[in-house]
Amino acid sequence: MSVQSIAGSLRKETVLPGFGLTLGLTLTYLSLIVLMPLAALIFTASGLGWQGFIDAAFTPRAMAAYRLSFGTALIAAAIVAVVGVIVAWVLVRYSFPGKRFLDAMVDLPFALPTAVAGIALAAIYAENGWLGAPLAEMGLKIAFTPMGIIVALMFEGLPFVVRTVEPVLQDLDKEVEEAAASLGAGRFQTFLRVILPAILPAVLTGFALAFARGLGEYGSVIFIAGNLPMVSEIAPLLIIIKLEQFDYAGATAIATVVLVAGFLMLFVINWLQRWNKRLGV
Amino acid sequence: MAAPAAADAKNRLAAQEPLWLRLLLTALAIGFLILIVALPLAAVFGEAFRQGVGAYFASFDDVDVLSAIELTLLVAAIAVPVNTIFGVIGSWAIAKFEFVGKSLLVTLIDLPFSVSPVVAGLVYVLVFGVHGWFGPWLVANDIQIIFAVPGLVLATMFVTFPFVARELIPLMEEQGNEEEEAAISLGASGWQTFWRVTLPNIKWGLLYGVLLCNARAMGEFGAVSVVSGHIRGETNTMPLYVEILYNEYNFVAAFAVASLLAMLALVTLVLKKIIEWRFGGSSAIG
Repeated sequence: MSVQSIAGSLRKETVLPGFGLTLGLTLTYLSLIVLMPLAALIFTASGLGWQGFIDAAFTPRAMAAYRLSFGTALIAAAIVAVVGVIVAWVLVRYSFPGKRFLDAMVDLPFALPTAVAGIALAAIYAENGWLGAPLAEMGLKIAFTPMGIIVALMFEGLPFVVRTVEPVLQDLDKEVEEAAASLGAGRFQTFLRVILPAILPAVLTGFALAFARGLGEYGSVIFIAGNLPMVSEIAPLLIIIKLEQFDYAGATAIATVVLVAGFLMLFVINWLQRWNKRLGV
Repeated sequence: MAAPAAADAKNRLAAQEPLWLRLLLTALAIGFLILIVALPLAAVFGEAFRQGVGAYFASFDDVDVLSAIELTLLVAAIAVPVNTIFGVIGSWAIAKFEFVGKSLLVTLIDLPFSVSPVVAGLVYVLVFGVHGWFGPWLVANDIQIIFAVPGLVLATMFVTFPFVARELIPLMEEQGNEEEEAAISLGASGWQTFWRVTLPNIKWGLLYGVLLCNARAMGEFGAVSVVSGHIRGETNTMPLYVEILYNEYNFVAAFAVASLLAMLALVTLVLKKIIEWRFGGSSAIG
């Protein structure tokens, strides 16, 4: 019997033990640490009633915060989508001294605590900072404005694009590009018509990951944002402010909006990744 | 034979960018990475040493800094092993067996990555806070979770939940079940099979996941900020104490503590690269 089951249906009827135990433990731990607390949020929010929820979640101040979080995350993700493709391209296609070092540097935002990035960026872009001072002379203020938020979100978002696009570029068949060239396509034309369509799902996935991260980001943003209500106050910060004022209804309602936005992005990202896989790259 | 070879070479050349463009793109990539990524790292150390080496080291002569370091290590020492054990258990269930709802389970395990850190902290306040689900019961029994160490541990466990499993699941799925099934059919117990067959096969992936889990656990800010209460010497982890020092305009001390976290990040990156070269894969997104 065992020989047959090993030879026959490897995955479906495995002889390996521990299915019930490991699945049971996983579901229990998942429920306790993740699902139950998230359910508490949805439950508390639904306790507000429809009108109560609307009143708490969509105040003018909250709307300004959503617009700011959405807008800055969108702009930052768009910028790093372009920058990330250039960085990934150079890392995959060219070789030069120090490339490995550069490649390792890409992951720094994943490893550096957000608060550390936040105070560092605030120091750099403050009016007496390394970049803030020369920019101030040109009349450009970055720190304590929405521009500062974009800078912080670019830092957090860049590795998502590079690390998503890199493997796809690596697997790209060079012969197709050579064929395009032999048919008379210029290099730019080849990029637009051959390479870009192949890497587009990966670029969009990286963009979506960076955007989703930006929507909920807190630590790297609050030090450089200025945090002025209606102007430079992001949605996650408003949750904390509501909580500190013991306005649990407000905090819960705004958090629900942020949570739902995050889940929507998760669906989009999953869909993009399936599209990416279907292309077989 | 010479003509096709020459044509091939010509096509290969035509499928490359001209030298000036290659140089331009390389310079752009290096410039972007320095501007966006390297400069903040340099700023951490620059600001920390702004008033000299003496002032830097004097920053650590502060009981609250030491207690913040201790608390950060304590929280990671609980959250990381627990998430590692459950990450391995979950990966075994998901990678070794077929069952209905498997992809849903994988999505649920990844869920914390889609939740804003602030929301991750808030949900625990709603469960364990004074006004939360278990609040009255906890108060009656004199147990404090929010604004205390257990809350910090729980919030950290939430945000670092997926790290180990998401490294192991694809790795274990790729490796298949053959080796384990051979061990079982030769009479090994499930436990023996795991220790002698599975664990040696996944050790690099496991280490990779633990490394990333630990970096996030020690550096987490938003989630622990909500549940901490910021009690000096008691509930401030290193990132939270960095914020307090910074807001008190004690910049040298803030950046000095931050420099420790930056060094942790650098060590993490170096170890991560070493593992990637040894075991080849790099699947890290997130």
